[in-house]
Amino acid sequence: MPEKPGYLYFPGCSLRATGVAYEESLLELFRMLDIPLHELNDWNCCGATSYMSVDEGSAFVLSARNLSIAGGMEAPDLMAPCSACYLALRKTQDYVSHYPETARIVEEGLKAAGLKPLNGVRVRHPLEILYNDIGLAKIKALTVRKWQGGKIACYYGCQAVRPYDEVDRPHDPMRMDQLMNAVGVETVDYSLKTKCCGGTLTGTIHDVGVRLNYILLKEAVRKGAQAIVTICPLCQFNLDAYQAEVAKESGEVFDVPILYFTQVLGWALGGNLKSLGLKRSIGGRGLVRKWFTENREVLANA
Amino acid sequence: MPDSNGAVRVGVYVCHCGSNIAGIVDCKAVAEYAAGLAHVVVSRDYKYMCSEPGQELIRTDIQEHQLNRIVVASCSPHLHEHTFRVATANGGLNPYFMAMVNIREQDSWVHTDKAAATHKAKDLVSASVRRVVLQRPLDKARVSIDPNVLVVGGGIAGIHAALTLANAGKHVYLVEREATIGGHMAMFDKTFPTLDCAACILTPKMSSVKAHPNITLWTYSDVENVAGYVGNYKVRVRRRTRYIHEDLCVGCQECVEACVFKVPKVNDEFNQGLGKRRPIYLPFPQAIPQTPVIDRETCIEFKTGKCKKTCVEACADRHAIDFKLEDKLEEIQVGTIILATGFQTFDAKRIPYYGYGHYPNVYTALEIERLVNASGPTSGEVVLRDGKTVPKSIGIIHCVGSRDENTNRWCSRVCCMYSLKLAHLLKEQTGAEIFNFYIDVRTPGKGFEEFYQRLLVEGVHFIRGKVAEVTDWVFDPSEEGMLTLRVEDTLLGVVRRIPVDMVVLSTGLEGRHDAQEVRRLFNITCASEGFFQERHPKLAPVSTFTDGIFLAGCCQGPKDIPDTVAQAGAAAAEALALICAGYVEQEPNAAYVIAEDCSGCKNCIPLCPYSAITFTVDKRAEVNPVLCKGCGTCVAACPSGSLQQRMFEDDELFAEIEGVLVHA
Repeated sequence: MPEKPGYLYFPGCSLRATGVAYEESLLELFRMLDIPLHELNDWNCCGATSYMSVDEGSAFVLSARNLSIAGGMEAPDLMAPCSACYLALRKTQDYVSHYPETARIVEEGLKAAGLKPLNGVRVRHPLEILYNDIGLAKIKALTVRKWQGGKIACYYGCQAVRPYDEVDRPHDPMRMDQLMNAVGVETVDYSLKTKCCGGTLTGTIHDVGVRLNYILLKEAVRKGAQAIVTICPLCQFNLDAYQAEVAKESGEVFDVPILYFTQVLGWALGGNLKSLGLKRSIGGRGLVRKWFTENREVLANA
Repeated sequence: MPDSNGAVRVGVYVCHCGSNIAGIVDCKAVAEYAAGLAHVVVSRDYKYMCSEPGQELIRTDIQEHQLNRIVVASCSPHLHEHTFRVATANGGLNPYFMAMVNIREQDSWVHTDKAAATHKAKDLVSASVRRVVLQRPLDKARVSIDPNVLVVGGGIAGIHAALTLANAGKHVYLVEREATIGGHMAMFDKTFPTLDCAACILTPKMSSVKAHPNITLWTYSDVENVAGYVGNYKVRVRRRTRYIHEDLCVGCQECVEACVFKVPKVNDEFNQGLGKRRPIYLPFPQAIPQTPVIDRETCIEFKTGKCKKTCVEACADRHAIDFKLEDKLEEIQVGTIILATGFQTFDAKRIPYYGYGHYPNVYTALEIERLVNASGPTSGEVVLRDGKTVPKSIGIIHCVGSRDENTNRWCSRVCCMYSLKLAHLLKEQTGAEIFNFYIDVRTPGKGFEEFYQRLLVEGVHFIRGKVAEVTDWVFDPSEEGMLTLRVEDTLLGVVRRIPVDMVVLSTGLEGRHDAQEVRRLFNITCASEGFFQERHPKLAPVSTFTDGIFLAGCCQGPKDIPDTVAQAGAAAAEALALICAGYVEQEPNAAYVIAEDCSGCKNCIPLCPYSAITFTVDKRAEVNPVLCKGCGTCVAACPSGSLQQRMFEDDELFAEIEGVLVHA
């Protein structure tokens, strides 16, 4: 097999804070796949969705600085695992190419910082990298553990799939489901897979945010899922961290593991509880311990 | 045509067009300026040159002042060039001794600076005066019209056009792609707003087509090539084989019953996949012609070569079935063509949040047409896809793939009314509670609004709001096992969740997927959304930009059955008008080759969009003036200048340019 250049890796703030389990499992998974990830040198805030609504111009410049450092057409693709980062970077490229005013602001900002103008690095999300570049067949072939857990609901959230349709289909994404199925995990038909997790509402209009999480948890359980698997650190955080409050508001108790898809895939490929950050789960700890107990593992291909 | 002294004498007429021109351009000043130009004998301004007194001015001046060239500065030649040519001819001159200057669309309507606009008008008049001096007298050529007509598409539009022409004694070739004529209308149960049965009014017309001595009906056939020009089209039609001799088959259908597939297994296209058919089949009982078809894709004999061929046995000594039959090519000659190729319905899967293809009990309206139809797959019983449950509540979503920025922007015109019709039929058959979700209810037709009022009285619910999604997400235990429509009720001002057993998507109409290929085949124009372009939206609604080719029905744009039939009649009348005249006159603007200058480089030949240029035995290009539409492409491309175009000769164009430049 030819040597792979790997990917430039943009962690963003979440993967170094609330979403550290995402980074741990992602790095472990790519290590097991033998694909190098090169952390982007001197990266900064992606520009983020909230800053976009406060001061769009500055947000675009922040985002563009990362894209500029990532380099040009010859550089490896830039992987942004956080959906908000992915969207901010992708949106910046889109707006710079379509709106002359944004292009001018970004150009001036980059010039002032002595940086190269943008020249088209490809921004990627790991879901789509795993699906397109690595492929279901390879993942299936590398699977060493038989799944001992229950059914799961794949929850994609909004930012990775809309408005850009490069990660998956905007309204009925299936690639995470297919990846899960490839490693033997049964998924449920989760109608709310791209509905709102509350985003930052859990911090600003708390009762609305909690209610949105209640809806997501309740429907996943109704469909027979015992856990929810996500591709976004904000979705994961909202669903995981507020289960006690959901119970308080709704009177219904939920104790559901909220996992990253990289944790499930990493486990199937032979990772462990610690290396995949599985110990960091809040909801459904009992189930997490039960499902991811190493002495119960069975080699799928044995 | 100089006067007796051999001099050119020009008359200039500057039109006010009420205030359309005179509001911005100082017409009097333009006329005074023109009076001072070389060769100008008379120069006038007048309120409405196109009026009878305006035209009279030209006629009398020609006689009184011995004018031999006319310049009219007024509107676009599209509007009144013909008018002023006729006025010029009535004055006794060759009509092509008239030049028109557009000082309305190209001047007064697009400028606000009066002085500059007046200056521009003078430039343009100066140009035309110089040009008209050099213009040649020309004659229109006549082309004879073959009385035979080709009608493409056998839906209600094609059927009506074909019968109208055939009844007028003209021979019609009706070519239909499917195995039967009838089109979409044959699938409908009842028609709005009168609720008369679609089959009862359509199938007699279908039979008349088959029986008519003046109609040659070719179903299961495609037009492959069209050559020629108005009055003289040569058309090649491929008649795909059914593997059954149409002349030997008597339509008994014993072969269908005898097929080795005892139980039909193939999705039945006519029933929108709700029913099953065999590999040998008749699309529906009243199909015309009554000749079955063998579908190669599913027939065991074609797949394995090892079928018992019970169909052949059943056909016995009639020997109509022949697996070795091949497609047949027919070459026909027609004078006019009517395109009635119809529409396709919007693919509901393009809106994933309405769940079509995902939730079994989400249906398209066309599926419901078959479901409520007494000759449909359930014999008219309205049951869910499990085959037994009668729905107790039904949601009908309007404008699916219509009036939607994300899919199709246009209103499909028929969906409101067919949704009301289906609501009525579904309620009549099931007694279900029915909800219509609409943006606006549009009922602009005879008896349409009255039908809407009737539905309101019948207790059908109307909720004004665009449905956000159809989901199986359960919020309240009462929604368990149902499909919930989430919608903002814009009259109530709240977001509602309405659980139902069945969802009907009122899918819009769009151009057929291969509209662009058909457009190229017939050399007509087609808008980007896939509907063929009429020559003029108001005044030439069934004509195309290609002479002798007319449009009927939904291939031109969404329309209901009454409008389709009216348009089909109009298309037939236009074709008849040409046939009855016996000939058409052609604009004498064709290109021509100065043979001794032509180097035979052939550059021009592939450039001609009308295939009007040929290469002669003595290695020269030659333009067929009947095929040439006068686009000028070849003239511009000719490296030796040997291609010229009548009405646009080099000296005329250079004189026109000089005319603009001298008045700086």
